[in-house]
Parts: sequence; C-alpha cells; structure tokens
Amino acid sequence: MSERPAGKLKKWKGIAVSPGIVIGKARLVDRSRVKILYQYLIGEHQVIKEVDRFKEALEAAKQQINDIKNKMPDQLKKHAFIMDTHLMIMEDSMFSTASINTILQEKINAEWALKKSVQDIETLFTQIEDPYIKERIVDVQYVAERVLRNLGGKEQESLSEINERVIIVAHELSPGDTSSINIGKIMGFITDVGGRTSHAAIMAQSLKIPAVVGLENVTQHVQEGCLLIVDGGTGEVMIHPDDDLIIQYQERQLRQEKFDSSILRMGHLPAETTDGHRIAVRANIEFLEEVTAAKDHGAEGIGLYRTEFLYLRGPRVPTEEELFEDYKQVAEIIAPNPVTIRTMDMGGDRFSSDLSLGKQPNPALGLRAIRFCLREPKIFKTQLRAILRASVFGKVQIMFPMISGLQEVLDTRRILQEVMEELDRGGLPFDRNIKAGIMIEVPSAVAVADILAKHTDFFSIGTNDLIQYALAIDRGNEHVAFMYQPFHPAILRMIRQVVEVAKAAGIKVALCGEMAGDPLCTFILVALGVNELSLNPGGIPMIKKIIRSISMEKAKGDLEEIFRQQTASAVLELVKQKVESLIPDVDKQFLLANGG
Amino acid sequence: MELVKKLRIENELGLHARAAAKIVALAGQYKASLFLKKEEQEVEGSSILSILTLACPRGTELVARATGEDSEMLLSALSSLFEQKFGEGK
Repeated sequence: MSERPAGKLKKWKGIAVSPGIVIGKARLVDRSRVKILYQYLIGEHQVIKEVDRFKEALEAAKQQINDIKNKMPDQLKKHAFIMDTHLMIMEDSMFSTASINTILQEKINAEWALKKSVQDIETLFTQIEDPYIKERIVDVQYVAERVLRNLGGKEQESLSEINERVIIVAHELSPGDTSSINIGKIMGFITDVGGRTSHAAIMAQSLKIPAVVGLENVTQHVQEGCLLIVDGGTGEVMIHPDDDLIIQYQERQLRQEKFDSSILRMGHLPAETTDGHRIAVRANIEFLEEVTAAKDHGAEGIGLYRTEFLYLRGPRVPTEEELFEDYKQVAEIIAPNPVTIRTMDMGGDRFSSDLSLGKQPNPALGLRAIRFCLREPKIFKTQLRAILRASVFGKVQIMFPMISGLQEVLDTRRILQEVMEELDRGGLPFDRNIKAGIMIEVPSAVAVADILAKHTDFFSIGTNDLIQYALAIDRGNEHVAFMYQPFHPAILRMIRQVVEVAKAAGIKVALCGEMAGDPLCTFILVALGVNELSLNPGGIPMIKKIIRSISMEKAKGDLEEIFRQQTASAVLELVKQKVESLIPDVDKQFLLANGG
Repeated sequence: MELVKKLRIENELGLHARAAAKIVALAGQYKASLFLKKEEQEVEGSSILSILTLACPRGTELVARATGEDSEMLLSALSSLFEQKFGEGK
C-alpha cells in the first residue's frame, strides 16, 4: 500500500443513492468545460479546411454516440432514446448547418462557430415556458461538448475504455457516461452534483453499484489514483484512509456482503411462519424506477406507492396523462402482484392555484392529504382518473391518506364514484372491482375504526404519523425526538385495536410505516395478525427471513407478555430478549445495530 | 409538388422531445421537405430543436407543408402520427 499517493485522511458526507461499500483507487473523469479560443481564418483555403475539420469532429461524435448506444448493457436499453435525441441534435440544421455557415461567412474557427450556434439555441430555449422542453438544452450542451473535444483533438474519455477496477470521481455524469459504464470494472462512483432522483443515481441503482452524489467539491480534493472508501449506504466518502480504517471497512464490507447474499438468495421464498401463516411482504416506493429493485428483493407487490414526487417535480400540476403513464408502468411491471397507490399526501401550499394557503403555521395538522384533495376536487379527480385508468394494466388498489373520520370516507367514495361514472361516459376502461382503502394514521381513525371498516375495502396502518400524532411528538424536534417510541404500549394497543376491528369486519389490514421494516417489531406484528407488511425494498429479504423463523403460536404467547409491560422501555427490553430466542440464526450484531 | 395540411396536437403532453423526435425521424424517410407552421412561425420538420422551440401544448393547430415528389405520402404518414397521438395512447 506504500505506492498510493500520501495524504491526509479526509471525510465527506453526501447523498447516498445506491448502497454498498467499496474500497478502491480513484479515477478522475474530466468533464469540465472545454476552453474555446477565438481564431480568425485567413484565406479561402483555410476556411474550407476548417469546415472539413468541423464535419469530421461531428461525424466522430456521431460515431461515438452510436458506439455507446450499441454497447449499452441490456438493463439500460430502455434509456437508449436519449442517444437518439443526441444524434438528431447533431444532425439538426441549427446545430450543424448553422455552425458551418458561420465558419464560411465570418471566417472563424470551428470551435467558436459551434459555441455561437449553441448560444443561439440557448437564447431560443430561454423563451420556452414549458420547463420540460426548456430542460432539453442540457442535451444540446452535452453534444456540443463532445464535438468540441473532438475538435481539440482531445481524447474523448469514455467510461467504457476504463479497464481496471476503479471508483469514478466526476463533477457530474451524463446519461451518455453512465450508459457506457463497463459494469465489471467500475466499482462505484461519486459526484459533486446530483440528487436522489438524478439520472446517475437511478442508473447506479439499476446497475447495483455503490454511489454517493451531491458531494459539492469532492473532485477538487481527490487526486488520480488515491485510495477511496465509499459507503453508498450512508453517503460517507473517505480519501487517504489509514490502514486501521481500511481494515475496519473491509470487515464491514465482508460482513455486509455475506449477510446480503445469504438473505437475498432467500428473498423470493414466501414469508410464511413455521406453522403455516402467510404474510404478504410488499415494498414502499416513491419512484417508478424502484419497482425493479422491489421485485429483485422479493416484494410481493407494492404496498405503498407514494405519489407526491410528480407533483413536487415541476412548477405545474402534472396532467392526467403524465400520472396515468407513470401508474400504468408501475402496475404493468409489478403485475400479477398488486400495487397500492396512495393519493397524494401533501400540503396545499405546493399548489399555486390558491396562494392564500401560503405557509401554514402547523403543516402536520394543516390542510394536507385527503383534506386538501376534498377541498380541491379538480386536482383530486385528475389523480383518481389516472389511477383508475391504470387499473386495467395490472392489479391496482387505491389508498386515501390522513382519514380522521367517517365523513371524509363518504365524501371520498362519492368523488371516486363520480370519477368512475365520468370514465364510463367517456368510454374509458377501468377495473370496476378496484379496492379502495384508507390509511389509519390519525388517532381518531383508530377510535372509530369499527365505523370506518364498514365503508372501506382495507386498512393500512401508517405508524410513522400515528406515533407522532398519538404521542404528540415531533420527530424533527431534537428535544423530544427520543420520546418517539414505536414500542409505547399506547401504540401497540392502537395497532391491536385496528387489527381486531378489521378481522371482525372481514377486511385486510396492512402496516406500512417504519415499524414494518424494523426486525424487532416483526414478531409482534405477525402475532397481532397484520396481513401485510410494506417496507423499503432493501429490508424485505431480512423481514421475510425473520417471518419464516417465527412460530405463530409461540409469538402469540410472547405477545401476551409484551402487552403486560407498562412502559416503552420495558417493552423494548423484552422484545430484544424475544427476538434473540426467536431467530437465533440471524447475525444479531448486525440486526440489532440496524433495528435497535 | 407542394401540399399543405392542417394538423392538431391531440396528445396530452404536446410536442415534447420524444414526439418531436418522431416527427424528425418520419420526415427523414421521405424525399420531400417538411415544414411546420404555428401562427406566423414556420420551422423545418427535420430540425428537432426548431420543432421544440415552437413550444406546442395540446390543442395547438399546426400547418404542415411538404414540397417534393412524395409530399402526399409524407403528409398522410404525418397526419396519422398526429392522430395516433405519437403512439402515446392519448
């Protein structure tokens, strides 16, 4: 290890977008803008030569893009249309012919002429109002950059040519970059910019390579070839780690790989207790792109599809068509398993249609979720239409958030009925038997659950909000956050009450809060009789494994003991004991570190 | 031969990048040249960037003009592309 460049240990924390630990050499990928010099051409001969030089650079760029496209790994083929758009841009007269004309008429060098064309296109695009169309200017800039590099004779650094195992360090990675990644060689990547939903992040997840983005200026501190540790699960990045740290992370890496692979292998086995009780284990997701990961981890459907993202993405409310397309794809990919689409759970302040909503002093208790939807039926109906139309493409269920009493259920069902009639009149097909359920997350809904059960197809207990509302604890408030206690006897009683009411009414009950993914809670929820657990995809194999080692009969006995405890800490102590004896073959150190 | 046809954008998303790309790809299959006109602005049907700058939401009326020997075939293919809402279902 003496050959690695010496330096001081430095740590960063960015946005963890694709889990896994990698230790390896850094490879800086230069994606900085090419410097352009102005040059006046003398004589007709030079001008003609310059045009040829431009054409050659353009042809080379087309060839490069075609190569990237052809070498794209199969799992990325669906993104190939981006490459087609890039090819079209290069053939566009505003891009190519305009540049050539500038060279001819103004007698200037190809680089400057191209820069001028791009500026002209940028000017036109700034006048476009539609943010989605406006954003396409980044494709023009990307393509121009490629042609400029070819003009400069600079070698176009392609990620596909990297053939030693390295960690890519870049300011940002374009779709072209990530598409050409040589999967066997790239151990992971880190970038200065980007977020959870950036293209690079989604690619890293589909390729299952660790990645951390949003590190701001990491490229300025990393030297080529220096040693890096990247933890794509926590977002931590370390350069120049000392030997102790390397050993520590190697052990962690090994432990995690062993654990992950043993658990993943069994992820597709059904979640059935040793005495034959079957629990549906499904995934909570937020983006269409996560569906595949959910399936890979053994999810038997999507138990909670959060739909806020499309509303938060742009300045305008998404159209029915945009929503429909998204829901339809989720339904198709997860079929024949079901997807439960939760109607949007957000505050009115996101919608500019009524500015008077402004900032609400107490948003958690304000006009949001179903309350907002009932006040703005037009926005609500658009979403319901999209969900209903998507229901013919798979098995779709609807779920309404933040229900606090019967009136809301009745109003919601009436609107749903109206939307169905509208679709019928328009001759648009939908699943007539679609199940519509409600979230149980407001304490008042627990108290009247027996009344609500008669008017709804299923319950899904949202423990995160339920705990906050029931215990009057704001998790974001550091002074009281420790009092957010899933094992508070009040919470366990509430869950028990909801399950009992659901059983009596003959409807299914799911649980989709963080408790569903907490290995310490699993046997309690199973013993209580929850039919479905919905959690983050990554946790599914572990929860399924735990369920497979639970005996319902024994868990029910333990449950009685748990319900005799009077404080959250007493429950927790007992739970830790029970979990140890329940699942002896699970790596406890890892489990308790994660769940405890 | 020059032919002109009125077209209306019926797909919900309007003329976004993928739809524009489909027009360019289609125009490339014919010898005739295609032009699209929105109000007073006319652009080349072979230029994806110009089509995007027309910024056409749903409901926009366009005039398609084709010049060349297979103009008729080009326009009829184009109008069915519009009718099929660029293959987007709606």
